[in-house]
Amino acid sequence: MRLSEPPLNGRTEGLIDTLRIYETPEGVDLELRVAGPVVRAAALAIDSLIKGALILALTPLLAFSGLGVGLMLLGMFLLGWFYPVFFELRNGATPGKRAMGLAVIHGDGTPVGPAASVIRNLLRVVDFLPLFYCAGLVSTLIDGDFRRLGDLAAGTLVIHVRPPFPEREIPLHEPVPPPRPLTPETQQAIIGYAERSGRLSSERRVELAEALAWLSARRGHAAEEAVLGYANWLTRGQ
Amino acid sequence: MKQQQFETGRHRMWKEYRALLEQLERSPGRRDRLSPLQRFPRLYRRICGHYALARSRGYSSSLTEDLHDLVRRGYQQLYRSRLDWLRQTLAFLSAGFPRAVRGHAGVFWLAAALFFGPMLIMALGCHQDEELIYSLLDRQDIAQLESMYDPTNRKPGREADRQADTDFAMFGFYVMNNVGIAFRTFASGLLLGLGSLFILIFNGLVIGAAAGHLTRLGYGGTFWPFVSGHSALELTAIAVSGAAGLLLAAALLAPGRRRRLDALQRNAREAVKLVTGALAMLVLAAIIEAFWSSATGIEPAMKYLFGGICWLLMIAYLSLAGRGSAGAA
Repeated sequence: MRLSEPPLNGRTEGLIDTLRIYETPEGVDLELRVAGPVVRAAALAIDSLIKGALILALTPLLAFSGLGVGLMLLGMFLLGWFYPVFFELRNGATPGKRAMGLAVIHGDGTPVGPAASVIRNLLRVVDFLPLFYCAGLVSTLIDGDFRRLGDLAAGTLVIHVRPPFPEREIPLHEPVPPPRPLTPETQQAIIGYAERSGRLSSERRVELAEALAWLSARRGHAAEEAVLGYANWLTRGQ
Repeated sequence: MKQQQFETGRHRMWKEYRALLEQLERSPGRRDRLSPLQRFPRLYRRICGHYALARSRGYSSSLTEDLHDLVRRGYQQLYRSRLDWLRQTLAFLSAGFPRAVRGHAGVFWLAAALFFGPMLIMALGCHQDEELIYSLLDRQDIAQLESMYDPTNRKPGREADRQADTDFAMFGFYVMNNVGIAFRTFASGLLLGLGSLFILIFNGLVIGAAAGHLTRLGYGGTFWPFVSGHSALELTAIAVSGAAGLLLAAALLAPGRRRRLDALQRNAREAVKLVTGALAMLVLAAIIEAFWSSATGIEPAMKYLFGGICWLLMIAYLSLAGRGSAGAA
């Protein structure tokens, strides 16, 4: 006999998704949105520029002959190997990743620690092989959590920390009670529609609102008005 | 309960929690001195409850996402591992690292054999056969090597300050070069161990060839005193980082009763201790190499004595340090 898996509130079940669920000791599901190769490559490009600029800033040291050359070499060594480690342990991500709204975490959702950070960044040289992170790219594409080889060995994830659409307001409208009781799913769909309506074209708003014609018995902009009315009633009451 | 009632009833608590959270995120180091933070874990658990409620009641996704964001950030602050850098570094160097080397004695000896074996064979071979070194290095490299250690080529009477200056440049170079080799030896273990294997054997062969060739030419009088001081730390550190690489390879080739990924993550945690220790050894070796080995005014006998003491101290350190004491971890 095989027990079926408990549903994850119906949100990720059976779907291909970049959400990874981790249940905290408090019994709450943390949703970690893992970051794909494109945004990570952009972060990498920013970091490379910063590193290049820092190396350029070190070159005046060469004027101080031996001591300066020694400091320059040490600086290049530290930048080359420990630039990501330093920033990951200090801020949770390199400046490039922060700019892209990413963070590095352990698989259990906690901020990355020294051991994992050193592992994932030393193994960068293998991800870089044969050139320009080919191995890393292949690894991120094969792995379900977009992990490169260094992430696999260190047990780390790179996640989005910013919500995809930060500000969301339900447009104010006269609250209208729905003509009949609604299931929670329908309620959520109506509220979600109202929240997203600001980012939709007016044609799309009408088209989506007309999907509820069985409920509102309206067409066109009247349907949109009706659904906004339900959303206001559901969230604010009369 | 309507969403708006739910929100207004809890707004103050969320505000307080958010303020504490931002305080924690701004100054992660000073958390124990800030007394209002004692309320943080309690508030965090309450917010977890609110989040679960908001989800099960189907409140709007902007509210659930806001609450989820608060939960995620609170979780990260509450469960992050605290770092006490100074104490942990000292504990690692005085006990953790030698324990890790002894704990993985098998791979360490294997890496050492792969490094010192070819070195010894090549040294003997190049000492006997003057042609052998040309099979490994090209003519230009060999000429440069010879001129570096040619006893007639020494330029005596360099000014002391000038000497110290170039010494520091060499220190930077040794750190960058040697630690780079150690890190690559470790990382390339992920290529089923082939990378580590290649770097260990190749470097062993080159070092052995140089030693055998220079001794055969009669340059031993400049070569051996130079290398004796830093040899203990430098050579052993390369073997240690090779062991770290082999640990990664072992996880992939012989994961035992674990999935390969689990074995890899477990072995990487151990390997990183070895690499970090190798880093410390190589920085120390670079100091010796740049400022002691290159010093021209010191008798060879002194350098041999110093080198011998270094070997003894290092063997004692790796085999004895951190034994018995239960506390340090």
